[in-house]
Amino acid sequence: MDGEDESLGAVMVDDPAFPNGSVDSDAARATVVGGGDQMDVEAYAALYTGRTRVARLLFIAERCGSEAVQLEALRMAYDEIRKGEDSHLHREVSAKIAGRLGPQYVLDQAWADSVDRRAEQRKEKLENELNGYRTNLIKESIRMGYNDFGDFYYAHGQLGDAFKSYVRTRDYCTTSKHIIQMCLNVILVSIELGQFMHVSNYVSKAEQTPDSLDAVTIAKLRCAAGLANLEAKKYKLAARKFIETGPELGNNYTEVIAPQDVAVYGGLCALASFDRTELKKKVIDNINFRNFLELVPEVRELINDFYASRYASCLEYLENLKPNLLLDIHLHDHVNTLYTEIRHKAIIQYTLPFISVNLHTMAGAFKTSVTGLEKELEVLITNNQIQARIDSHNKILYARHADQRNATFQRALQTGTEFEREIRAMLLRANLIKHESNLKSARKL
Amino acid sequence: MKWPPAEPHSVEWTGEAYLSGPISSDQAGGFLLSVVDFINSCSGDQIRLAPDKFIQVCKRLKDQVMQLQVPLQGVALRTAIRKLQTSSEQLTTIHSDFLLLCILAKSYKTGLSILEDDILEVDQPRDLFLYYYYGGIIYIGLKRFRTALECLHNVVTAPMTTLNAIAVEAYKKYILVSLILNGQVPSFPKYTSSTAQRNLKNHTQPYIDLSACYASGKYSDLEAFIQSNVEKFQSDNNLGLVKQVLSSLYKRNIQRLTQTYLTLSLQDIANAVQLKTPKEAEMHVLRMIQDGEIFATINQKDGMVSFHEDPEQYKTCEMAEHIDSTIQRLMALSKKLRSIDEQISCDPAYVSKIGRERPKFDFDDFDSVPHRFI
Repeated sequence: MDGEDESLGAVMVDDPAFPNGSVDSDAARATVVGGGDQMDVEAYAALYTGRTRVARLLFIAERCGSEAVQLEALRMAYDEIRKGEDSHLHREVSAKIAGRLGPQYVLDQAWADSVDRRAEQRKEKLENELNGYRTNLIKESIRMGYNDFGDFYYAHGQLGDAFKSYVRTRDYCTTSKHIIQMCLNVILVSIELGQFMHVSNYVSKAEQTPDSLDAVTIAKLRCAAGLANLEAKKYKLAARKFIETGPELGNNYTEVIAPQDVAVYGGLCALASFDRTELKKKVIDNINFRNFLELVPEVRELINDFYASRYASCLEYLENLKPNLLLDIHLHDHVNTLYTEIRHKAIIQYTLPFISVNLHTMAGAFKTSVTGLEKELEVLITNNQIQARIDSHNKILYARHADQRNATFQRALQTGTEFEREIRAMLLRANLIKHESNLKSARKL
Repeated sequence: MKWPPAEPHSVEWTGEAYLSGPISSDQAGGFLLSVVDFINSCSGDQIRLAPDKFIQVCKRLKDQVMQLQVPLQGVALRTAIRKLQTSSEQLTTIHSDFLLLCILAKSYKTGLSILEDDILEVDQPRDLFLYYYYGGIIYIGLKRFRTALECLHNVVTAPMTTLNAIAVEAYKKYILVSLILNGQVPSFPKYTSSTAQRNLKNHTQPYIDLSACYASGKYSDLEAFIQSNVEKFQSDNNLGLVKQVLSSLYKRNIQRLTQTYLTLSLQDIANAVQLKTPKEAEMHVLRMIQDGEIFATINQKDGMVSFHEDPEQYKTCEMAEHIDSTIQRLMALSKKLRSIDEQISCDPAYVSKIGRERPKFDFDDFDSVPHRFI
């Protein structure tokens, strides 16, 4: 059982015999996918469809620390790409595999060539059709022509061209339905390109159409808006958008996001940015969002733990989730910020009801050492997020309530001195200016 | 040289006797004495009628005194100032000369009596720059950093159309004094002239880098930076001040600790502030307690320092009197401000400008405003 490393356990990462030439990992970026929960690549990939499945698999392959997971991801990516029509990706993936998966998973030049040839032919056909429609000036056909072009480019991985084609359909949209379709297409391409400004723009455009939208579309738009906010680090807005997503989303937007992701993103952002009342009202008591949370019970548990002040278990859930979250293409660079925020909030919430807190008990509750805790508290106190003082000798934290009366006197006296200083300087300057203007008028005369 | 009977003819005598030609060194001593005598005995009213010649005499005195390297004898200029001023709020050309002599003589306290008057009337803007610059230096010498900062602030924010060297030097000292006092350099207030805002920073780059280094809070970094730039600071005669900035960094770091901790061991203080031994930390803390910069007690047995709140309760009679006198002073200032405001609103130049910009009304709506101002 030791020899059989089917379990893909933690041992792999530390084993020096492993070739790490092929794993391109910065020390800082590569995460250790070890320990208890190993990522189930197949189950994860099954949640998505289309290009995002490939993109996610490639991301996992790049970031995970273990060769076995990487190869698994690459293998699945290869299979997925073969079903599509993107020869560039095929070349890329084959290069990454570098022959490690056997003769079946190598660069298939013949296939790539045939795909390219087919692409050329289709492109010519589409161009001819489009030209024909343009001369005939039939709006609807032109729109469909550009749309088809967009789909074609998207399938072949030429995302910039796809974006341009989709945007061009805008001029030929006649009904709201067309506009929605155009917006959704543009949003899809923009998300993949990472241009979230466009995502926000087109979400608002879509929401402004005069006809009312159906529930699924609204849910899709909310998710897209949430993603845009997440990228822009506006966690509160992102949380709100994700929480407002209706359960009608279901599996209708798997080319972008899975409902589990909605739960995770929404839950974490909410935990990091909402205050207690908002958390209760919008997340815990929210029936719609509960449907999403059911899909990821860990997130549900950790939110409940946080609200009930069971910080140790909350932080434990978070730690367990962390490795998988670092492999998520949208969330990975926000994980650390969000986690620090959540931890700070937990500490602040812990100290709020007390006059004095024993640092030993607190360190136990947060599973950290007393010195480490002291350092964290110091940062929070300096930033004025906790009103307290540390008694380093006895290791106690005392709450401190500012004396309003003294503070008022102090501020009043200070304002008085500042006023005096400012006014005197101002009178001096006014005098100088008057003198200058007198000189000038004297010179004029 | 004999004196005529003093009062009625002081003015005539100044012209001839003292401005004629260079004075040889043996005559110099006598010259000084007679000028000083003259200044002490002349009549203020007469002097005010013909100030130029008097100013020239004083300038001559200053030059002589500096040449002979006996600046202390120039103290007579203080009386000269009082006699020349029409009011204690007026700035004359002699003010800056007087302060310069005080600085050269290193007797800062002599300059204080003049410095403590508020200046509100200025004849020559150039006098102002020099006066406040020297004033700043004097206050720095007396370690009254807050007033020094005010003086230097006046130089830096004075209206100016072209950059002058005095402002540049003043800004350098301004940066250093702000760091000692507040730990940071404030940005230019809105009323600073655009010339100053645009150009001052270009000429004072090492000081700006110094303030950036200070902001990081690490003593060793700051020390290294100062070492590498020691010639520049030396050539500006600011090295002493820079060293004070360095020692103020410890104080600032210790003060930050008082905000976070109730008690802290001397060892931890030494570590946090980058001092080498707890003994040094104790020394610093002790000095700060004595200077009244923090409130704390040191327990030598445990090696612990307990920080306290400011014990001021604002309940004593002295405090009530202090508050009362401040209020009175501010009310007087306010009244003065209002009177100046009224003066300006009646000023013909102002009214005509406002009148021009006003929208033109129908004559019937308004007949109290003369046509001239529409």
